[in-house]
Amino acid sequence: MATETFVVAYENKEGDDGLLDYAIARAKKDGAALLLVHILEWSPYKFLTPQEIEERHARRKEELTRAKEVILDPALAKVSAAGLQADCRIRYGSVVELVAEIASEAGASMIFVGRSGTQSMTARIFGSVPLGLAQIAPVPTVIVP
Amino acid sequence: MKPIQVIPRAALPLLGAALAALPAQAQETAHSIDEKINEVVGNITGPFVNFIFAPFPGTSFPWIVLWLVIAATIFTLYFAFVQFRAFPHSIALVSGKYSDPDDAGEVSHFQALATALSGTVGLGNIAGVAVAVSIGGPGATFWMILAGLMGMASKFTECTLGVKYRNEYADGTVSGGPMYYLSKGMAERGFAGFGKVLAICFSIVCVLGSLGGGNMFQANQAHAQLANIFGDYPGWITGVIFAAIVFAVIIGGLKSIAQVTEKIVPFMGVLYVGTALIIIAINYDRIGWALGQIFDGAFTGLGVAGGLVGALIQGFKRAAFSNEAGVGSAAIAHSAVRTKEPITEGFVSLLEPFIDTVVICTMTALVIVITGVLQVDAETGQYIWNAELGRVETLGDVSGVALTSAAFGSAISWFPYVLALAVILFAFSTMISWSYYGLKAWTYMFGEGKFQEVSFKVLFCLFVIIGAAMNLGPVIDFSDAAIFAMALFNIIGLYFLMPIVKAEMTSYTSRLKSGEIKRYA
Repeated sequence: MATETFVVAYENKEGDDGLLDYAIARAKKDGAALLLVHILEWSPYKFLTPQEIEERHARRKEELTRAKEVILDPALAKVSAAGLQADCRIRYGSVVELVAEIASEAGASMIFVGRSGTQSMTARIFGSVPLGLAQIAPVPTVIVP
Repeated sequence: MKPIQVIPRAALPLLGAALAALPAQAQETAHSIDEKINEVVGNITGPFVNFIFAPFPGTSFPWIVLWLVIAATIFTLYFAFVQFRAFPHSIALVSGKYSDPDDAGEVSHFQALATALSGTVGLGNIAGVAVAVSIGGPGATFWMILAGLMGMASKFTECTLGVKYRNEYADGTVSGGPMYYLSKGMAERGFAGFGKVLAICFSIVCVLGSLGGGNMFQANQAHAQLANIFGDYPGWITGVIFAAIVFAVIIGGLKSIAQVTEKIVPFMGVLYVGTALIIIAINYDRIGWALGQIFDGAFTGLGVAGGLVGALIQGFKRAAFSNEAGVGSAAIAHSAVRTKEPITEGFVSLLEPFIDTVVICTMTALVIVITGVLQVDAETGQYIWNAELGRVETLGDVSGVALTSAAFGSAISWFPYVLALAVILFAFSTMISWSYYGLKAWTYMFGEGKFQEVSFKVLFCLFVIIGAAMNLGPVIDFSDAAIFAMALFNIIGLYFLMPIVKAEMTSYTSRLKSGEIKRYA
């Protein structure tokens, strides 16, 4: 039985393999379980056309299925194959806020997040997920290059 | 009716230059195409318009306006002034205070309201109000606000039913609206056959409404504003350009155009109201006078032909055309929201007539009155009535969107250019929304399928051209008639189904009080 839980903010973008490998290595060392968190960026204030509104429920179902089957299931299999306890959460909303919230709810002791890998103007003005977590994370956060 | 007047401006950029280069003969041919379209379409729509606006026997009051006023009054009383009592709760719902975080990713109350508003806020708020005030005088504004406030109860009723009786398909898509509650809800009450007839009748006029108010009127006024800025040129040119863009979006699937428009439209709405507030603030010394004109005009007419009744008819007509309360169109947009409680969407939807009519339309009316573009006889203090045109004399002898433009332009000279952009975007977003409403009614009648969808969409595009080419008179009359005809069948159904809404409201309110309905934020 794992004594503590590490949260991994898992996007499945390029470089997230390294993030997962690092989190697995640290969890093995500390005897921790991994909680993989995948957030689908969503704002309840985003404008939708009537057609998009009609199809939204169906699209959401598809998006959730895809996130589970294509993104999280292979990652969970990798964590389990390493002999670690693994669980996952998929949520809609703001990535930074939800990762911090789930870490608190799960009583996690650490968060692992991949670096954003971008220097775009948008990231400079509005920040990125690692920067956001650095500001509001309730527990120590590791940014994995 | 006299065609809309235009004010040629000194600056005629691209379009004006291009048109000036057209040989005179080609321009004449172009205008004669306009006239032909006017004649043919005007003749076809005439009898329908005459029937819808026939006066109540022995009076000059169109029976259909009375129909709408009575319905709004009945719903207001039946639901014990729900529009005022539930207003704070509506705001809480829209701001997501009662939204389950587990439902994130579904259509929120805010999104349903914003989408419905983008179909509603359009030229009715800019051009329609100008028409009301120039025909009915400033007093029309008072009745328009009153109609907006009462219309909130109609909207509440229809949108609750829209969610309650929507169709949810196996693939997760949703279809709702009066067609569905009229057939399913009425069947539940034991009137299956009658309900089906109402649903079909509603669908027919909904298709006509989408081609009229949701399309031709928008194209017509967008052209009027463009002609106002760039100089007179044939309407069919605007029509063809608009039709091509609408075609690209609704048939070609060019979602990017729709998405860009939908993002700019709310910004334009804020800009419009903000500018109106600035103009009102600049003329702060005339605010009291303008409000006095609106109030006096509501009961005396201030020299406008028809007096109180004239102002009242215009006010109610324009309010109904602008906020569509009782018409049933918004129920189609609101019905897709993800909620376990249909009544919550009713509460949210009642904000729509408030924003549309009580806020935005009133801003337009106040700017028109306060800037003095309606001509007043200096000696009598009464408005100068032009019997030939059937409206008050205006500065520059303009009507419709050109009058609103003149009013804004008299305070801020460059604003007509911004207004032209706003008009085009409002027109476009309203067209996209109404092409969807019309399509839903069309497929309700003819069944789902690629052929049915494409045939309606092509028809819709053709009407864009017709709308832009016609004079304001026949277009606005047909638009009004089609929209009001929707209200005819929808409201009959609402009377039968309002006890169901009341039961929903009673149950919800008691659970809200007991704390069973949870507040999340």
